[in-house]
Amino acid sequence: MGATIIEKIIRNNTGKDVKPGDIVTVNVDRVMIHDIFIPFVASKFEEMGFQKLWDPDKVVLIYDHLVPASQVDDTRHFRVGNEFVEKYGMKNIHRADGICHQLMTEAGYVKPGNIVFGTDSHTTTYGCVGAFSSGIGYTEMASILGTGTMWVRVPETIRVNITGTLPKNVMAKDIILKLIGDLGADGATYKALEFAGDTVENMSVASRMSMSNMAIEAGAKCALFTPDEKTAEYCEMTLTDKERDLVGDSDANYCQVINYKAEDFVPVMACPSNVDNVKPISELAGKEIDQVFIGSCTNGRLEDLMAAAEVLKGKKVAPFVKLIVTPASRKIYTQAMENGTMEILAEAGAIITHPSCGLCCGRTGGILTDGEVVVATNNRNFLGRMGTSKVGIYLASPKSAAACAVAGKIVVPE
Amino acid sequence: MEKFSGKIWVLGDDIDTDIIIPTEYLALKTVNDMAPYAFSPLRPELAGQIKEGDIIVAGKNFGCGSSREQAPEIIKALGVKCVIAKSFARIFFRNSINNGLLLIENAQLRDVVSEGDQVTVTLNQSIEHNGNQYEIAALPQNLMDIINAGGLVKAMRKLNGLD
Amino acid sequence: MGMTMAEKIIAAAAGVSEVKPGDIHTVELDRLMSNDGTTHLTIDMYNKLKNPHIADVNKLVWIVDHNVPCDSVKTAASHKKMRDFAKANGIKFYEGAGVCHQVMMENHVTAGELIFGADSHTCAYGAVGAFGTGVGCTDYLYAMVTGKSWLLVPETLRFNLTGKLPEGVYARDLILTIIGQIGANGANYAAMEFGGEGLKTLDMSSRIAMCNLCVEAGAKTALMEVDQITLDYLKEHGREPKHSFKSDDDAKFAKVYDIDLSTIKPIVAKPHFVDSVVDAKECVGTHIDEAFLGSCNNGRIEDLRAGAAVIKGKKVHPLVRFLVVPASAAVYKQALKEGLLQIFMDAGAIVMNPNCSVCWGSCQGVIGENEVLISTGTRNFKGRAGHKDSFVYLASAATVTASAIKGEIATADMV
Repeated sequence: MGATIIEKIIRNNTGKDVKPGDIVTVNVDRVMIHDIFIPFVASKFEEMGFQKLWDPDKVVLIYDHLVPASQVDDTRHFRVGNEFVEKYGMKNIHRADGICHQLMTEAGYVKPGNIVFGTDSHTTTYGCVGAFSSGIGYTEMASILGTGTMWVRVPETIRVNITGTLPKNVMAKDIILKLIGDLGADGATYKALEFAGDTVENMSVASRMSMSNMAIEAGAKCALFTPDEKTAEYCEMTLTDKERDLVGDSDANYCQVINYKAEDFVPVMACPSNVDNVKPISELAGKEIDQVFIGSCTNGRLEDLMAAAEVLKGKKVAPFVKLIVTPASRKIYTQAMENGTMEILAEAGAIITHPSCGLCCGRTGGILTDGEVVVATNNRNFLGRMGTSKVGIYLASPKSAAACAVAGKIVVPE
Repeated sequence: MEKFSGKIWVLGDDIDTDIIIPTEYLALKTVNDMAPYAFSPLRPELAGQIKEGDIIVAGKNFGCGSSREQAPEIIKALGVKCVIAKSFARIFFRNSINNGLLLIENAQLRDVVSEGDQVTVTLNQSIEHNGNQYEIAALPQNLMDIINAGGLVKAMRKLNGLD
Repeated sequence: MGMTMAEKIIAAAAGVSEVKPGDIHTVELDRLMSNDGTTHLTIDMYNKLKNPHIADVNKLVWIVDHNVPCDSVKTAASHKKMRDFAKANGIKFYEGAGVCHQVMMENHVTAGELIFGADSHTCAYGAVGAFGTGVGCTDYLYAMVTGKSWLLVPETLRFNLTGKLPEGVYARDLILTIIGQIGANGANYAAMEFGGEGLKTLDMSSRIAMCNLCVEAGAKTALMEVDQITLDYLKEHGREPKHSFKSDDDAKFAKVYDIDLSTIKPIVAKPHFVDSVVDAKECVGTHIDEAFLGSCNNGRIEDLRAGAAVIKGKKVHPLVRFLVVPASAAVYKQALKEGLLQIFMDAGAIVMNPNCSVCWGSCQGVIGENEVLISTGTRNFKGRAGHKDSFVYLASAATVTASAIKGEIATADMV
């Protein structure tokens, strides 16, 4: 009997053959804590009575939601974090380098086949390099910090095959939005998603990242891509046979198989106020907008900024419309300066902010009010996520978002 | 078997963590500081109305969204005895168990109740409403262990020989 | 009897041949600037008027700069009110283009104009020989509706500048030294006028930094003699002077100060007053949590160049948050082209979009309880940058950058 990718990762980790539904204890390869939760993790950790971290080198602390601080108490999180780092001898800390999920793979903390947990729901992102990664709460994080282990229920796997060539105006974001729309917001709850087919094989790691990032919006526990040469290049490593073998076997047991033809995809948006409320942009065209946000761990990467720049080159953002661009990391910001992307965005009138979670986490970065409409490239459009509950949030690809910024209304990208 | 009754508050499908507690309040110092803002994007008055021992009955995918553990902690801080929903999101489910907030899955109840009704829960067995019984599944043993220990913090304190 | 620059501008705006200090005149205003700090209040008052109308919409410039991008639902609502009103009435409107005074200097202000701004640092416009003064929203509304206002003619304090600033000393050190010397109310209601041979050594950016800060000595306005540097700046920005006024030789000044620029040293203004000015060396070693390079006072390309020169190839101290905030989109683009943003990013700085940032203390970059900020902003009042129990030191771009590297107050020669 063959195995799915997630079954193989758990098998490699525990040394036991596993099947969906089994409850097993795994050894954790890496954990990520972000600024919003560090005070809670620290206090739970001490309350639990632990004296030291199980392995300080495996713990990464990243300040991103609160950078730069927008409320006076935010800086308390930095202070608590800095004290924790000092007290327990941690080295892996990023205080202003970008969004946690971008940094975890970009800075080399996550490798194919790893098991990683983070105090953020979008921890599913690292499936882009073939790692089993999932979000947890701060209490559970505190227990991992002490024990290095965590119990998991082996999930069933939904296999998604995509073959063919994507239309020019379609990005990975459109695929994942379509999938979430088809599955529903709870369609993959407790399950693993596994992507395969020549379309995803031809995708950059950055595009795969957009997809694994959003898997949680269908409730998924994780979302996995088979590591390949692109992965190896991105992770600056040579793949071992074990890592190459992280592929879903043809006789593996899938609870559901979904097949898409790449040619069938069209640019879509997730409409207010659920991520699974997905419609083709052609059905929404003409709606006036107030703001566009390009950024986040979903779509703030270099290829996203470049896709936006391609649309914006030589054009201007529509009058009275704001375009806010928030690169996902310091490295991306720098690369975008070096290759001229930033200049194009700045000339078009974009407001380019420091790398951080920005508007996506709804604390600052472009908050809106009643009756306003925003087209955004991030991962959630929940009620009240970016201001009042009467703000309309439409999620889209960077290409679509940029086209809307120029038009001042919702349009299908060319 | 433990048995309890309570007045219910009824919510819909996909009650996400941003509804349970919006991000702008997450940096407040304590869960009690945050509790008044619970459910504010949807029903700003609700947090003030919920009384100790009340029960929330909701639709599918309750707690979807972020990993913010304040979500179950706040619901517990409001005095909610348990949440009965058609289904729960994964992270929220784990966070609730780890904090000792009881969650019960039941597919039928949400569609037959009205806000303000009384329901009676017999743990790991059934829910009674208007004379009708609705079966509920028992939780797996490893989760009952955490609940019986009084949450994950207490379980870990035990492990570290503190309690 | 001769007149000062301030008197000449008021006389021209009042349509009279002569004015003297203490006179009250009705004046025709050339331009009316308002930002997101108060415009929503102005609109509320406007909407309550019996016959609301705008005297000359071409005089109005509205700029969203204090909370950009918007950081709360409350400011989102006031921004929307401002945006909708500007759109409906055809008012020149900027959002995200930079700090209002810098945007005004780059795009609107010219020599000899009389300008009201609903912001205290409007006196910055004196750098090109315009009479700019800060007003509240009631005064602003009256001017918006009538095109006019009343003005008390101020006395003028004259500052004769000689010599040249030493290497590593900046206009900001100079103006803070002057404020320290005359005190926070040393120029109350008065105009501060700068001239002399020393002025010719100061570029436009330096002049803006100086005029901008004069309100911290209580000045009603600040003015600099129009010279070739002024005319070149205006020409470069596609504008002609309205009047190129200069004080008459027999003009009457309330007081004359002679300042030798070569004697100025790097300074620091200590918490919690702008006139608590000391030699920077006295503060060396003071622990800091955050450093801020930006604002209408010191966020221009020249300031970024000064900071970049100090930090190039070095790193920000790991425990310091170093905010670098270009004063306008034009400054941002220039800094991008010159590679300055690259230098700051490589050093670990937080490069933000053009906005008022922590200078205003209500948007991104605020500091917490007991934290210490060293800043190129305009003010160091108690609580200005965040928590009521926090501390702000003011210094030049070079000193601020050096401090960001060291994690404590330091001058540029120490890094």
